[in-house]
Amino acid sequence: MEYVETKFVTFCQPPNELVLKSGFKLGPITIAYETYGQLNKDKSNAILVFHALTGDAHAAGFHKDVKKPGWWDDMIGPGKAFDTNKYFIISSNVLGGCKGTTGPSSINPKTEKPYGLSFPMVTIEDMVAAQKLLVEYLGIKKLLCVAGGSMGGLQAIIWAVNYPDLMNSCILVATNTRHTAQQIALHEVARQAIMSDPDWQNGDYYGKSIPVRGLSLSRMIGHITYMSEQSMEEKFGRKLIGKEKLGYDFSHDFEVENYLKYRAGNFVQRFDANSYLYLSKTLDYFDLAADYNGDLTKAFASAKCSFLVISFTSDWLYPSYQSKQMVKALKANDLDVSDIEINSSYGHDAFLVEVEGQSKLISHYLARIEKQNTHGKR
Amino acid sequence: MENDNQKTIRPDHKIILQFIEPKSRVLDLGCGDGTLLSLLTQQKECQGRGIEIDEQSIYQCIAKGITVSHGNINTGLSDFSDKRFDYVILNESLQQVLHPQKVILEALRVGKKVIVGIPNFCHIRARLQIFFEGRVPVTKELPYEWYDTPNLRFLSLKDFRYFCKNNGIKILREQGLAENKTVYFRPNLFADMGLYLLER
Repeated sequence: MEYVETKFVTFCQPPNELVLKSGFKLGPITIAYETYGQLNKDKSNAILVFHALTGDAHAAGFHKDVKKPGWWDDMIGPGKAFDTNKYFIISSNVLGGCKGTTGPSSINPKTEKPYGLSFPMVTIEDMVAAQKLLVEYLGIKKLLCVAGGSMGGLQAIIWAVNYPDLMNSCILVATNTRHTAQQIALHEVARQAIMSDPDWQNGDYYGKSIPVRGLSLSRMIGHITYMSEQSMEEKFGRKLIGKEKLGYDFSHDFEVENYLKYRAGNFVQRFDANSYLYLSKTLDYFDLAADYNGDLTKAFASAKCSFLVISFTSDWLYPSYQSKQMVKALKANDLDVSDIEINSSYGHDAFLVEVEGQSKLISHYLARIEKQNTHGKR
Repeated sequence: MENDNQKTIRPDHKIILQFIEPKSRVLDLGCGDGTLLSLLTQQKECQGRGIEIDEQSIYQCIAKGITVSHGNINTGLSDFSDKRFDYVILNESLQQVLHPQKVILEALRVGKKVIVGIPNFCHIRARLQIFFEGRVPVTKELPYEWYDTPNLRFLSLKDFRYFCKNNGIKILREQGLAENKTVYFRPNLFADMGLYLLER
């Protein structure tokens, strides 16, 4: 079996730092990335995929000695939706993340200590600007496609709007163009959970005890928002865990309680609390039409590529109507856009687990884009 | 593709293909599995786009390389700017919408020309059934019982002509169709369906 490896590349060495949207100059910037498949001769088969809030560069295949494959392994691989026999897939960890790309847990070369809260606020635009450096470094002039779900979708949108000439198509899954009050509120509860943990210490916890309780609580909240009422009912119902009767105490009774605890326990081992704060805040700040008086049509005016927009009926975190608003704006710009609302009970998680329908859509869509690309027509 | 075989093309699709100029921009409302749009793309080099409510049909459209939007006809039309398309097609879908007048006028806003295909509820077989049996007709072309029909509107070719006249819509072409044949003589009596090319 062939293993995949995360690679690293560093850009923006001072004095050539990346100027962030806030004006802050950040450098050096290391980007963790993986690639799957082969780049063809004319470098026209490259697809950039983006991870969601807590994902990483490891999208597909297996790392040596690790049982679990990458987060989108169901969709990326030989014969899969993103077919690595045909396409060259690139996945990188976002700026502000904690899985190899520069973020709050990285060492600040000026102080030789982790950045912590001195790390600048990075926006989706900044993440995308860093990804562009990676794409250029790989020698790719034009991407066949950019694709992402949830927070990954926001990155794909910014690619389409900021670099319209560098791509042919854009696949957006379970995403939106701005966070609503409800979405911001849910994130804020998660952030407060972290920040009220005494171990958080204003973000200066590296090398000490990490804010386990706060971070696991924020992950529990997250998991609830990723599922639907129906999917939780189907998965857990009121099933009890390892007992016949209710305990009438505050030990765990229900399977769902155990599930949340288990998922949270895994999460704190692999994710940095400060990254969670930064990335969730970045999501909340995102509002594509903010600079256009809320006019989404104008916000998409610079986009040129073809779009495929996928949403799910039971996703209440990134509800379908938000995708439909986006589709409306894309159509108003006379862009080529296909969209579908897939009937699913999995809630927001559907973008990771509804593999069959999405695979059909994406593989056929990419085949058309590739054909149009080789025939040089749109 | 098997559709390339002219013999397998549905007769109503054949007529629609005749109505449409090559290299046009076409919107098919209720495009189903994308068969017609696929033909228009291949045979007429049209730039096609569909709107379809059924999820499974969307997969089939995408598999054919069709650009398609998942939604209903009413909201689907409002997304587009004036005269965005050369043709808007409403084939066998008009009788199933709640506000057909609104939809046709909206289609005429979005498209320079509109093609409408309607089933003829006053075919002679239907008339005979009403007359002799005293029951709402169920025929091969209109196979539904009153309680399970998807059709909300019941009209004849004549009704449609009156509708166009009253709404200031020009009928550029009318084509009656029965079985696989075009009907020239008394289409309101002998045609199962009528196809119209409209303009405002």
